[in-house]
Amino acid sequence: MRAKTMEYFDQLIPKGMVLAKEAKEQGKPVVGYYCVFSPIELIEAAGAIPVGLCATKQEPIAEAEKILPRNLCPLVKSSFGFAISGKCPFFHFSDFVLAETTCDGKKKMYELLSEHKPMIVLDIPNSATLEDLNEHWLKQIYRAKEYFEKNLGTEISREKLREVIKVYNEERKLIMELVSLNKHHPTPITGTDLLKVLWGRSFQFNRQEFLDQVKTLITELKEMVANGQFSCSPDSPRILVTGCPTGVGQEKVMGIIQECGGAVVLQESCSGIKGFVDLVDEAKDPFLALAEKYNKIPCACVSPNKGRLSLLSKLVEDFRVDGVVDITLQACHTYNIESYSVKEHLRKNHNIPLLQIETDYSESDTEQIKLRVEAFLEMLK
Amino acid sequence: MTWSIGIDVGSVSAKGVIFNGEKWDYVVIPTGWMPRQAGKEVLDQLLRKADIGLDNVGIIVGTGYGRVNLDFTHKTFSEIVCHARGAHYLFPQTQGIIDIGGQDSKAIAIDSEGKVKDFILNDKCAAGTGRFLQVMAQVLGYEVSELGERCGTTEPVEIGSMCAVFAESEIIGLLAQGVSQERIVAGVLLSIARRVGTMATKLNLGPHVTFCGGVAQNQILQRFLKEQTGWEMEAPEKPQLVGALGAAIIGYELCGGGK
Ligand code: SF4
Ligand code: SF4
Repeated sequence: MRAKTMEYFDQLIPKGMVLAKEAKEQGKPVVGYYCVFSPIELIEAAGAIPVGLCATKQEPIAEAEKILPRNLCPLVKSSFGFAISGKCPFFHFSDFVLAETTCDGKKKMYELLSEHKPMIVLDIPNSATLEDLNEHWLKQIYRAKEYFEKNLGTEISREKLREVIKVYNEERKLIMELVSLNKHHPTPITGTDLLKVLWGRSFQFNRQEFLDQVKTLITELKEMVANGQFSCSPDSPRILVTGCPTGVGQEKVMGIIQECGGAVVLQESCSGIKGFVDLVDEAKDPFLALAEKYNKIPCACVSPNKGRLSLLSKLVEDFRVDGVVDITLQACHTYNIESYSVKEHLRKNHNIPLLQIETDYSESDTEQIKLRVEAFLEMLK
Repeated sequence: MTWSIGIDVGSVSAKGVIFNGEKWDYVVIPTGWMPRQAGKEVLDQLLRKADIGLDNVGIIVGTGYGRVNLDFTHKTFSEIVCHARGAHYLFPQTQGIIDIGGQDSKAIAIDSEGKVKDFILNDKCAAGTGRFLQVMAQVLGYEVSELGERCGTTEPVEIGSMCAVFAESEIIGLLAQGVSQERIVAGVLLSIARRVGTMATKLNLGPHVTFCGGVAQNQILQRFLKEQTGWEMEAPEKPQLVGALGAAIIGYELCGGGK
């Protein structure tokens, strides 16, 4: 069974496109951002609307390949293709772009993108053990602050930022509450629906309405659990999805897992809970607190990436996971290599098997993926 | 007496095994362009061979890539678990399976009860599959089944390309340079063994491994694989039947056969 409130979230992205246009017409600045490393509280505190630009669709890739190499992560190609083809309203209506130096593909793509939009690229160190990590991040946060202040003609005061941080923390707590309903077995909400809510978060223009709907969804799901109504059958193996971001429009692998009888309990990735698990410390200086939160994102671009392993450890225990599926996008070296460490970590410490699926956004490998997923689920039973 | 039937429709051939808990018999025919028809034909032939009617069959289990097309099966299982069960039945001590199929190659780790512990399949392209061998055989004007006899113990030539298309032109180039066909055949087999061996050693299967799939009959390839992995390797007499046999065994247990 599916919660009725999901209808709101089905409409979120198409509706967001219209709202982006309206916001522009009302003279409200819009700032696009690409990944979970973006301290979006700053954008909001500068009086602008943050929108997610990270694209996960096949459609614009051909356009991107006119410039970018074919053998590149589809996420980078898709994002770039959307940007240069003018087909993404969110990119189109963005006044500025906030980006960061994460993986090589993204970094170099941003160089090309800067010809199409004014942007600020935060300099993120690839080392998690950099001695002055916090200071470094703090400097980047201040750089972004100054950039927005200058270009948007505003001032980002500590008070304003504190307020925004509070609101965002509330949102994070609420989303984690929603996700944690899937600790129940069988799960009340499918992985693809959870993705819709979490992904939709970056395309909403009315925060209060969004939060209210999440609350309604939580209430509805709790009722479903009480009435014995679920999104999967009791014998579905519980699957945690990890790896590269999987966005709406490319739920291919998650869809296959569900189709083959597995329950995607939650996603530990940027399209999942990665950005929601940690709160920003409200007791500290807000700029410092932002820096501290964002330098802890357990992304494979950063080395070593121990945070991802401990997060996974916690999740597989809390959510009583039977198996992990690691989605690696083609040509994403960081996640592809890290897959080995994740697999070994889960095997040794939790005796949980991992299936790595290497894929892109096309549909050409659907049958191959099905075969692997079916066998994996049979193995878990 | 209850019988169970396992039908494995692969890209090259359709295989069927009929099993009654003690003995089994089999049928192999080419898949052709119509996997559904091939599967049905296998079923009919099996029934005729065993001289029984469909009502004596407790369950029909489908496997292989064509299993979705079979509307007369009661259950389907992936090739992976079927191979594991089949190999375990034939060689109870086996710890792993290497299977080189027409479309893909796989390595499967199994526990002492024949259950799958882990598995890995080759990626999208043809390298390391039966298809690669087929393309190479064609260039040289041989049948795939002949490849084993064609090289004896000659020194393999180094084939660098992993891609079937590039390897094809590489072979044409080698022929033009006057390299003997025997050495080229050996080179092709060695390149497959390297590719599959590397994949399999990721799973640490050994030392007791079952080699199956049609290609397993090729003695030279088997030798190369042994050298690559350092594992003992055993190929059943009919290596292409392991999946169908496994399906039949799983089916036999599911329908409570013998009890
Ligand atoms: S995986 Fe890393 S680089 Fe990619 S979106 Fe997530 S945080 Fe950004
Ligand atoms: S998926 Fe990997 S390659 Fe693609 S943008 Fe993210 S980190 Fe970079």
